[in-house]
Amino acid sequence: MAIKSLSPGRGVNSRGVNGRDAAERRAAIRMTAPSLVLMALVAAVPIGYALWLSLHQYSVRTAGLSRFVGLENYITALSGPHWWAAFGQTFLFAGLSVSLELVLGTAMALLLNLAFKGRALLRTVVLLPYAVVTVVSAITWETMFAPNLGLVTNVLTTLGLPGGDVVWLGEHGYAMAVIVLADVWKTTPFAALIILAGLQVISAETYEAAELDGASKWQAFAHITLPLLRPAIVLAAIFRTMDALRVFDLPFVLTRGANGTESMSMLAYTQLRENRLVGEGSALSILTFLTVMAVSVVYIRFAGGNIREVAKEEQ
Amino acid sequence: MSTLTAQRTTAAPAAPGRSPKRRAPKRRLRGEAKLHPVVWVFVFAVMGFSLIPFYWLVNTSLKQGVSLSKGELFPSQPTFENYLAVFQNPEFLLALRNSVIIAVVTTTVALVFASFAAYALARLKMRRKAMILTLILSVTTFPAIAIAAPMFSIWREIGLYDTLLGLIIPKLTFALPLAIYTLTSFFKEIPRELEESAYMDGATPFTAFRKVILPLAVPGLATTAILVFISVWNEFLLAVTLTTSPEARPVPVAIAFFSGTSEFDQPLGTISAASVIITVPLVILVLVCQKRIVSGMTAGAVKG
Repeated sequence: MAIKSLSPGRGVNSRGVNGRDAAERRAAIRMTAPSLVLMALVAAVPIGYALWLSLHQYSVRTAGLSRFVGLENYITALSGPHWWAAFGQTFLFAGLSVSLELVLGTAMALLLNLAFKGRALLRTVVLLPYAVVTVVSAITWETMFAPNLGLVTNVLTTLGLPGGDVVWLGEHGYAMAVIVLADVWKTTPFAALIILAGLQVISAETYEAAELDGASKWQAFAHITLPLLRPAIVLAAIFRTMDALRVFDLPFVLTRGANGTESMSMLAYTQLRENRLVGEGSALSILTFLTVMAVSVVYIRFAGGNIREVAKEEQ
Repeated sequence: MSTLTAQRTTAAPAAPGRSPKRRAPKRRLRGEAKLHPVVWVFVFAVMGFSLIPFYWLVNTSLKQGVSLSKGELFPSQPTFENYLAVFQNPEFLLALRNSVIIAVVTTTVALVFASFAAYALARLKMRRKAMILTLILSVTTFPAIAIAAPMFSIWREIGLYDTLLGLIIPKLTFALPLAIYTLTSFFKEIPRELEESAYMDGATPFTAFRKVILPLAVPGLATTAILVFISVWNEFLLAVTLTTSPEARPVPVAIAFFSGTSEFDQPLGTISAASVIITVPLVILVLVCQKRIVSGMTAGAVKG
């Protein structure tokens, strides 16, 4: 990359390599320090405080009155049914939505990579849902599936298909389907663009060689495109999974967590704000945090070869 | 697959001489490759999936009463009553004001801090650079609830709960790393020769950054600003946890708590109108800045 090709130019400096290096390192620290300090203040301090809060129990009646209870809040949370239900639902949601987004995103990327009249239009159209605020995405799909006034419910009723008289947001499976759809609609463009970027760096020569060898289009796709696309798809999968595991807006607007659609973040929010359980709410936030971080570590360790390479190159 | 068709047509003009100087694969032929009818079906399916929900949202926002509750495919008596109701709602106007202030301030602060950090990370020699970048990237994956929960307690004690400042500060948690990450990949793309000559003239890294990089980085800064702005505007969890009154509530929270014009009306009409109102500016932004947004979203994701 750029760094390698330019390093020869460094020796030409009049002040000598070492002096310049030291000055550069000092400047680098001074330039990054403000951001790192700010991030420590707005990210590390709150999470540290959440940890402290989660180890205490708070009086509901007297503000500020608390006592140390050790891991009691965690034990309460982990032994009750709510955490595990939310945990399961969040992973179900993430699994469904991310797989759909990757499959659809790959298909969209392949379409966008074709040279045809209307490609620019297709790209614009595909990108539009990405501009929508998540809350609005939820409302949009609520209007689609609402009883009586929804498009989907009306079409199903007119065609005499099952599902027209279902209160979609009132039953677990259906509600989850709407939540997944709302997420897929809004975020597939993101996956598609990442995968498209990966597609565009595959050179035409690779395909010509395959063609000379008599490979069919399908073979070329299965043996060239997909393997070469793997890093881009994995990257899209990582970004999308991390985001999906934090899901909050969609169930909040669509079901308020009813019908077994409560996510980990929602459960923590409900305990904290609605039920005023500061200790348990904080323990649940820490559990959510640890879950998401554990998944990202697993991802980077087992699937993120390309990320490690990027990281290596930075050094 | 059909990708091949496109590539073959692209390669065709260059093929006779088998010249080594072939067009970069990125720039495909601008012409019309004939698409297989099945591919057209896919193209229209994708367009339909993207656009129909928008149509239905607008459709719902233009209907009231019976024509709303019947779910008419085309509004028989289109009305702007829902829109009027939204604009006459003082809470919605306050929410718009709040959202603009929060998004503008957060984006500005994040960009100022991030541009220095990103320059150092993109260009300067530095110890533990990979570790710092990984750390910054990992903050973007933090679940917001882990910040919102403790902030809820802290802010209530020191009086920042339900204030705009009380929202701007935690929103920086996510805006800042996003800005640093995106800007770092943009700064890396600026050719180094220009700075080198500045260094030869005895410039310090700070002056090289200010005089050489910043002017060249304006497009990258603009793109980053757009992306950060959209993400701050969109953010919901912190906003809903840390506010309780219309004076501090931003738009997404206001809409989520929207109830119709009157208790007899189906509120979805008004809610749809409010949703359309806040979506239009973002759609225009995407239409105008499409190229920038795409380049920003994929910046650093895949190396070219």
